[in-house]
Amino acid sequence: MLKRVHFPTSYLPYLLVAPQIIITLVFFIWPASQAMYQSLLIEDAFGLSTEFVWFENFQVLFEDPKYLESFIRTMWFSGAVALLSMGMAIILAGFADRVIRGAMVYRTLLIWPYAVAPVLAGALWVFMFNPTLGIISYFLEGFGIDWNHYLNKSQAMGLVIMAAAWKQVAYNFLFYLAAMQSIPKSVIEAAAIDGAGPLKRFWTIVFPLISPTTFFLIVINAVYAFFDTFGIIHAVTQGGPAGSTNILVYKVYNDGFVGLDLGGSAAQSVILMILVIAMTVVQFRFVERKVEY
Amino acid sequence: MANIKLDNLLKSYGDTEVLHGVNGDINDGEFVVIVGPSGCGKSTLLRMIAGLETVTSGEVSIGGKMVNNLEPADRDIAMVFQNYALYPHMSVYDNMAYGLKIRGIAKSEIKRRVNEAAEILEIGDYLKRKPRALSGGQRQRVAMGRAIVREPSVFLFDEPLSNLDAKLRVQMRLEIRKLQKRLGVTSIFVTHDQVEAMTLGDRLMVLNGGYVEQFGTPIELYENPQTVFVAGFIGSPAMNFIPATARDDGTVELQNGDVVPGVATTGTVTLGVRPEHLVPHDKGMFQIKVLMREQLGANTLIHGVLKGTDTEMVVSLAGTHDISEGAEMRFSAAKKLLHFFDATTGKRLS
Repeated sequence: MLKRVHFPTSYLPYLLVAPQIIITLVFFIWPASQAMYQSLLIEDAFGLSTEFVWFENFQVLFEDPKYLESFIRTMWFSGAVALLSMGMAIILAGFADRVIRGAMVYRTLLIWPYAVAPVLAGALWVFMFNPTLGIISYFLEGFGIDWNHYLNKSQAMGLVIMAAAWKQVAYNFLFYLAAMQSIPKSVIEAAAIDGAGPLKRFWTIVFPLISPTTFFLIVINAVYAFFDTFGIIHAVTQGGPAGSTNILVYKVYNDGFVGLDLGGSAAQSVILMILVIAMTVVQFRFVERKVEY
Repeated sequence: MANIKLDNLLKSYGDTEVLHGVNGDINDGEFVVIVGPSGCGKSTLLRMIAGLETVTSGEVSIGGKMVNNLEPADRDIAMVFQNYALYPHMSVYDNMAYGLKIRGIAKSEIKRRVNEAAEILEIGDYLKRKPRALSGGQRQRVAMGRAIVREPSVFLFDEPLSNLDAKLRVQMRLEIRKLQKRLGVTSIFVTHDQVEAMTLGDRLMVLNGGYVEQFGTPIELYENPQTVFVAGFIGSPAMNFIPATARDDGTVELQNGDVVPGVATTGTVTLGVRPEHLVPHDKGMFQIKVLMREQLGANTLIHGVLKGTDTEMVVSLAGTHDISEGAEMRFSAAKKLLHFFDATTGKRLS
């Protein structure tokens, strides 16, 4: 027997999903296909002549040592951002989980950085670390550290990593706190009676039980570091000094809008798009399903 | 092995006092059940003994040592939780071995103890499984196993049977009792189920509203309830309570004018009599108008009211009886089976 409710055909369902579909078409599918088409062209800087070159743009990219460098730099950057922001978030969430009084205030304060626009976040850090005016660089000088991220490559990288991680801490914190609070209290108490101290409980009980959240956040943070950090880089270092913070997404902008290599820039953004699609697939295929415990 | 001493234990959350000075001595190897309705503070009391709640004032001693400020881990106790609280990501074996590993016990010894406990509890076949692959009863056994392997001097049970279905509950109840007798470990068991309490405990502590109503053996509580609350809480179906007035000659007068032998006192009293202690009698002092009867096979429950009043009465007669609804019957009870309580304080009048 067919146990399904049949509704008469109507246009309502199509109408209801139409806004979503239109948004996706106009703001994603259309520009994405334009980028894909563009990546197969070589155009002069003024757009006067266009030549269809198949995959020459990609070929050039893969042979360019600078591109490979930027690729490795991006990996290292996103790894550091994810590790730093998730590490901070998990510690803060661990504290917040134990707070009873004033929990709401504490949590609200921790969530605020998420509401700060990337460029502003970058600007905040630029001011604090400004070699001549910055308060933190002033203190660092007291410790004998000569801070100048305009000249020092690793300081520049460290600063953008810090700024990018700081902004993501709030997001990770929310997820970690929710995950920790979903662990039954009695399980923690049972571990306490079994003789495990707070640290031991964290590593042997809490951390394994929130591992699905950790996997989810690794993907989210990697995607964030790959794409959403443009504003921070632009405000803090603009890819410098000497390209030391020129990560892939910044290079797309730089090559396309500063260098006016439209085809090459489009090819780079197509590669980035493939990367994020791959990460999303990983997220859905393996991580979401592997809520293993 | 250890005795437990509760000395004037008090617990308050802010301005709200939930336990108002609990006293009690629990002997070595004894099985004590803390019983009471929801919200009476019984779980809080257990958690204070476990060290999961702070003590506001008073003292908890285990084995003669004051443990108020000791961490749960240092109190030499093991606890079985209502929702079992198994570690979901560990196998049954690891669940049981966890506490032993932390205490740095040798691998071979851990293996011996876990296997032994698994054998006692008949969960040897599931040692490699994760808790989610077990049924409720099996999880319950694992939780018990985790307590046993630690070889603690006190077991604490926080309503461990309330998540099981009725049949399994009866079975596990017996098993817990047998296990406790076999191991001889001092145990405290919290429940709201008076049948569970009566069958399990060597002694029962009846809690109500944060006060200990009575602390004694199941039979003492049944035969000699010290308060109206205990009288009504212990026994099923519950005791009948009839308002009455004491007379000078040591008898009491019911609201319908019938006179019943009583105690020497004055003023209003509450007369209690258990449904199973009422027997049909031609000249019985309780005239009952039958409203409904329930045939249970082994016994028959008669629901009615005391004639001339609206005091509800229940009578439990052994075997089957064909009594028509609306009939009027007389019942009597032996004088020593009548209980008298002060109507205002609820305390027993000797």
